Amino acid sequence: MPAHPSSESNSQLTLRNVTKRFNGRSGLVTAVEDISLQVKEGEFLVLVGPSGCGKSTLLSLLAGLEQVDEGSIKLDGANVVEPGRDRLVMFQQDALFPWLDALENVLFGLRLKPGLTDAERTEAARYYLDLVGLADKEKAHPHELSGGMRQRVALARSLAPNPRVLLMDEPFSALDALTRDQLYGDIQKIFTQRKKTIVLVTHNIREAVCLGDRVVLLSPNPGRIRQVFNIDLPRPRRINDPALATLAADITTALSAHLAEPKEGLV
Amino acid sequence: MKSPRALVPIVIGLLLLGGWEWFVRSGRVDDVLVPAPTQIGEWFWSALRDGSLASATWVTMRRLMLGFIIGAAIGIPVGALCARSSLARDTIGIMSLGLQTLPSVCWVPVAIIAFGQNEAAVLFVVVMGTVWAVVIAVQESVLSVQPLYLRAAMTMGSRGWHLWLRVIFPAALPGVISGLKQGWAFAWRSLMAAEIFVVILSGFGLGSLLHAGRELLRMDQVVGVMLVVVGVGLLADLIFFSPIERWLRRSRGLER
Repeated sequence: MPAHPSSESNSQLTLRNVTKRFNGRSGLVTAVEDISLQVKEGEFLVLVGPSGCGKSTLLSLLAGLEQVDEGSIKLDGANVVEPGRDRLVMFQQDALFPWLDALENVLFGLRLKPGLTDAERTEAARYYLDLVGLADKEKAHPHELSGGMRQRVALARSLAPNPRVLLMDEPFSALDALTRDQLYGDIQKIFTQRKKTIVLVTHNIREAVCLGDRVVLLSPNPGRIRQVFNIDLPRPRRINDPALATLAADITTALSAHLAEPKEGLV
Repeated sequence: MKSPRALVPIVIGLLLLGGWEWFVRSGRVDDVLVPAPTQIGEWFWSALRDGSLASATWVTMRRLMLGFIIGAAIGIPVGALCARSSLARDTIGIMSLGLQTLPSVCWVPVAIIAFGQNEAAVLFVVVMGTVWAVVIAVQESVLSVQPLYLRAAMTMGSRGWHLWLRVIFPAALPGVISGLKQGWAFAWRSLMAAEIFVVILSGFGLGSLLHAGRELLRMDQVVGVMLVVVGVGLLADLIFFSPIERWLRRSRGLER
């Protein structure tokens, strides 16, 4: 899966008519239906929506942890069929390995990346730990770190092998507000510096507006694209900026308007 | 704070021993049936001096180690296989669950018929005592590895052996260790059963010493050997399993 730039357009990650169903208790459940989306190189895309809108399913599909039933997902023109280090994931819980210290956790993905010497790997791991402000914590085990620090190590771990796309599955939802605001700042800093393509999934609309270049609003049962918002606010953005709050309110209104609509098959 | 905690059980133990000694000496009970602690102590001392206790312990430990290592060496991969394949789980897994409940003494007649009165019979009983508990424990601990770890590792490119050795096995290690500990306890029990029932000339173990005590009506020897058996079991736990478990818990933040 070598990375080569797409020739036809500058869109790097392409979803075409993606549908995914699951076997639920009451038969086949359609988690996402007919999703078409293009993520541009260096874009910060946010998938937002209420629970059941299939946003996490969509992220699993992008990660290659699940397979599409219909449609296709392409990264740099190649079909996404399995997990790969060109698409690394930051999970809701940090998913750090408790038996490894911070440095070893960051090294885990790097060790699986061919073509590097051990010295280069260690150097890269230290660089990314430093980037997330945890240079002095490399010997600490996950349980010795706070929730915010653990997510930072997880961020360093996902960035270190230099993936084409960084996928984030509600990585801030388990953190306290203060830590979260700090991480919003860090992520934006890294995003601007490293020009990384990021796809974030969240149910927090403010967070979506704060981080995203584009916010895709999904509606549930089945998960479909409801509306797409371009966010042109200058960076770095602050979560309690009034302009940001206004935009977030608009999106919330759009969402509740949709949820209030009567639907076929539902009461 | 530490000394009173150790002191209290010692004092209570000494009081109990003293009471026991006094009770036997007062002639209320026949000391052939209930030997006094000093009589057991005398046996212990003489068995130490003539080397019979040391050689019996050595023979027993050698059998235990060998049987345990073989049992674990079979049990760990088989348990992993059961966790990986539902076919193996429905066949070997179910069988292990059943055989684990079988008291290991029940393997003794099988072993004697199959191997005769020899070392192989003893080893067979110990391995049968160990292996099923290890299979079950490894299967369960591998199955309960957090799927999140696997997902994270797979996105980073980990597959196959790498996934097993670097993620699944370390994640399952606490469960595997407690399975081994249980396997060890079962091995120890089955070995005593084997040594009591399988009369062999190749080696005279603690079980044989216990059996000899019964035949000579030497209650002091019987109780003395029982205490040694308890001591060995306790020691194995204190110097081997407990430190490993403590290290695991501490390094993963499950204990301060």
